[in-house]
Amino acid sequence: MNQAIRSAWVVAIGMFALILGSLTYVQFFEAEELNTNDWNNRQLYQDFGRPRGAILVDGKAVAESVPSNDQFNYQRVYKEPNLYAHLTGFYSLVNGSTQLEQASAGLLSGTSDELFYDRIVGLLSGASSQGASVELTIDPQIQQLAWDLIPEGQRGSIVVTEPATGNILAMVSKPSYDPNLIAVHDSEIAARNVEQLSAVPGLSIYRNPATESLVAPGSVFKLVDAAAALESGDYDAESQIPNPPVLPLPGTTIGLPNYVNGTCATRTTADLEFALEQSCNTPFAQIAWDLGEDAIQEQARLFGFGERHQIPVAVEASQFPSDLSQPELAQSAIGQFDVKVTPLQMAMVASAIANDGVLMKPNLIKAVRAADLELINSPSPEVLHESVSAGTADQLTEWMVNVVDNGTGRGAQIPGVEVAGKTGTAEVEGRGDNAWFTGFAPADDPQVAVTIVMEDVDLATGSQLTSPNAKQIFEAVLNQ
Amino acid sequence: MSDVLTVPRSRRNVEAALLLLAFAVAVGANFVAGLEREDPFNDYFWRQAATLVGMGILVHLILRIRAKYADPVILPIVIALNGIGLAMIHRLDLPRMENPDFVPVAPQQLTWTAVAIVAASVLLIFLRDHRILRRFTYISLIVSALLLLLPLTPLGLEINGARIWINVGFGTFQPGEVAKITLAIFFAGYLSTNRDLILLAGKKLGPLQLPRFKDLAPMIAAWLVSIGVLILQRDLGSSILFFGLFMAMIYVATSRVSWVLIGLAMIGVGAFIALQLFSHVALRFDSWLNAFDPEVYNRAPGGSQQVVQGLFGLANGGLAGTGFGQGRPDLVTYANSDMIIAALGEELGMIGVFAIILLYILLVSRGFRAALGTKDGFGKLLACGLSFTIALQCFVVIGGITRLIPLTGLTTPFMSAGGSSLLANWIIVALLLLISETARRPVRTAAPSEQAAVPSASGRGALPRRPKEGSR
Repeated sequence: MNQAIRSAWVVAIGMFALILGSLTYVQFFEAEELNTNDWNNRQLYQDFGRPRGAILVDGKAVAESVPSNDQFNYQRVYKEPNLYAHLTGFYSLVNGSTQLEQASAGLLSGTSDELFYDRIVGLLSGASSQGASVELTIDPQIQQLAWDLIPEGQRGSIVVTEPATGNILAMVSKPSYDPNLIAVHDSEIAARNVEQLSAVPGLSIYRNPATESLVAPGSVFKLVDAAAALESGDYDAESQIPNPPVLPLPGTTIGLPNYVNGTCATRTTADLEFALEQSCNTPFAQIAWDLGEDAIQEQARLFGFGERHQIPVAVEASQFPSDLSQPELAQSAIGQFDVKVTPLQMAMVASAIANDGVLMKPNLIKAVRAADLELINSPSPEVLHESVSAGTADQLTEWMVNVVDNGTGRGAQIPGVEVAGKTGTAEVEGRGDNAWFTGFAPADDPQVAVTIVMEDVDLATGSQLTSPNAKQIFEAVLNQ
Repeated sequence: MSDVLTVPRSRRNVEAALLLLAFAVAVGANFVAGLEREDPFNDYFWRQAATLVGMGILVHLILRIRAKYADPVILPIVIALNGIGLAMIHRLDLPRMENPDFVPVAPQQLTWTAVAIVAASVLLIFLRDHRILRRFTYISLIVSALLLLLPLTPLGLEINGARIWINVGFGTFQPGEVAKITLAIFFAGYLSTNRDLILLAGKKLGPLQLPRFKDLAPMIAAWLVSIGVLILQRDLGSSILFFGLFMAMIYVATSRVSWVLIGLAMIGVGAFIALQLFSHVALRFDSWLNAFDPEVYNRAPGGSQQVVQGLFGLANGGLAGTGFGQGRPDLVTYANSDMIIAALGEELGMIGVFAIILLYILLVSRGFRAALGTKDGFGKLLACGLSFTIALQCFVVIGGITRLIPLTGLTTPFMSAGGSSLLANWIIVALLLLISETARRPVRTAAPSEQAAVPSASGRGALPRRPKEGSR
């Protein structure tokens, strides 16, 4: 009988050999194919099933993962959703992820190389690979104030930065949306919500207007012209530039006018101080002709135009066009034609001037902490460009103070504080203007730069919503 | 008869050392399982650790007193497997704990573990020699029949299309699990008594010696039981198991390949008829062959989603696994029972499942080793049958999960959630331990100390034995 027992044992071992073989086939040879199978949503479940790190503002989570009772275990929840929507973006099953949820995905989900050490420790200790939390440079009070300063139904953005570090203290845009509507796991509900949101005029859930929407800067661009003029060495505070009410544009029948009701008409020539103060167009068109397209473009580049920045969310590259005819160059010099900027770009121009001509890289991240609160990194300020010399920066500051003291930016005056600023009104064909303010305070020791743009407004509303609002923000920051 | 040298040493200390390893595996696995989502040292952790360690030591002590020559490897292997299973069941409970209606499975399984080990202990204490069971040959047949018929009575419950459960008040019970033991006892008793007759009679056809028709009766009976289980209870897995058990035992009893061929032919006929007549069998086959067909995948019930999701889990684990508690084995339906190997494969990887299967191979091999070593035909047949059942059950369930064969609902011995399976398998362990004890025990007539020093052929010969037994 023992021989038969051995044979039966061989059969038993044979069966085990077969399942070892089939396991090898499934787990090794076929694994790749199975892992990429369309029906296999394990990767998705794995990403969504992990507790993702929170996005924090002043220690409080504005986006966090909370346990859920559905198959994903965790639901991303946004606190004060509308206020922070354009910063956090959303983390959604069907619609992907955007803004910080996308830009810091590796840190938040715990897969980033920066978290390699933590992952190894996790692997050995069996602890889960929890994502890191990301703390923002945003000041919640300033953020809320900026939000309140844009009226409901008004399209606009406000960017508040700290010139010496590039840290962004507030960044709001309206219209905004509730990312919770998109992060909902039920794909049908999410699709319906996305459809409804796409019907909101001026809103794209995929775009933060402050960093990705390119709009005409109008007269705030004259800061770039003035910087180029000073940097060229051909102009200084004494230079007198012809200031005709209308500058004929060669090869066309139209001319480039100064603002009809303004004070520009009182002088036939202007120095740069007066031209900035009253935002006269014709002197700057002539400076641009004189310096040439390349000089203006180069100065714009030094302020950050023409490149995409990662702060770490992607910032659209602002544009100064090239291969311009003389009329086009004249139009471009006053921030019209194809000059297109993001609100953040103008904040960078003001910040560079405020920071002795040194442009700091804009930054939204204050600190990254592992799940155990250990600090993983805290970005230190980075110089992006030496935009202008310190002397040029000082001169520009002086002229910008004059704009607020005596010129178009009077609404931003604060008793006892020197405020530097520049206003702008860009005409947009087929709708209302873009009203701008960009500036900083205090002028002698800039703590904060504020850039405001209100889109599709008439002149009166525009001036109401820019300089006076900037004043409120300056005061709020300086009184802290 | 036995050409295997039995070394008359107790080896209980080896068992104690291996038990420590098994405890480390079982308690360690449970610790890692809880690490992720809860306080790892909570009440349940201590309860599980205490139950496994306490029960393991209890059986060990009983063996020291009652069966000190029993195989030292079997108990540690089973404790380790039971512990890994409990840890995985507990781990699969955790994501569902937030649901207030959810009743965790692991504490029930832990209770069943205790019940099963107590049952095995009682068996070890009161059944001093497995040969006593031979007296119950025909009683076992009747008990088997009753057990298999129980689910068809009003006590029975139909779950997911299979009618193999009964309601026992505090829970459900699968009498078929116990029936595989009583059937093994019946087959062992019947075959060891009648094998001489079966062997001698019959015509020779070429190299095959054909059995007489009347000797085929038990095989036909076994075939009918299997088909009956398949038709009346719609349980393909148990059906395969019962028939495989019988085939292994009759082959070992007769050493005749002809029996195996006849058996395989009968399976073929049975399978063909079942495929034609029973939609649930046909659906199983379809889900197996066309698992990745969208229509088959989405079909409910009887779709291939379960097996495909199990494959995704295994693939996700890959070689090294995601780590205990890090994968998503909960995406697979019945992850803690039928599909527990997919769950373990995902989190422990191919390396981990190979280790588990090696434990099964060792366990089954120790069972066969006991069959080789024991002197009585009944014990040989019983040990073979029970060991082969464990191997076959692993093959059917893991083969089904890896799509080697169609998926059938069977438990993975010692690991899947399910009290009846645990109880039955622990009783099998007790029987294997008893049989291994008789296989390794020094002969009573010789002084143990002498026996230990000089194991001699004459010493073994002193055991009374029946003339034909063991000869081919």
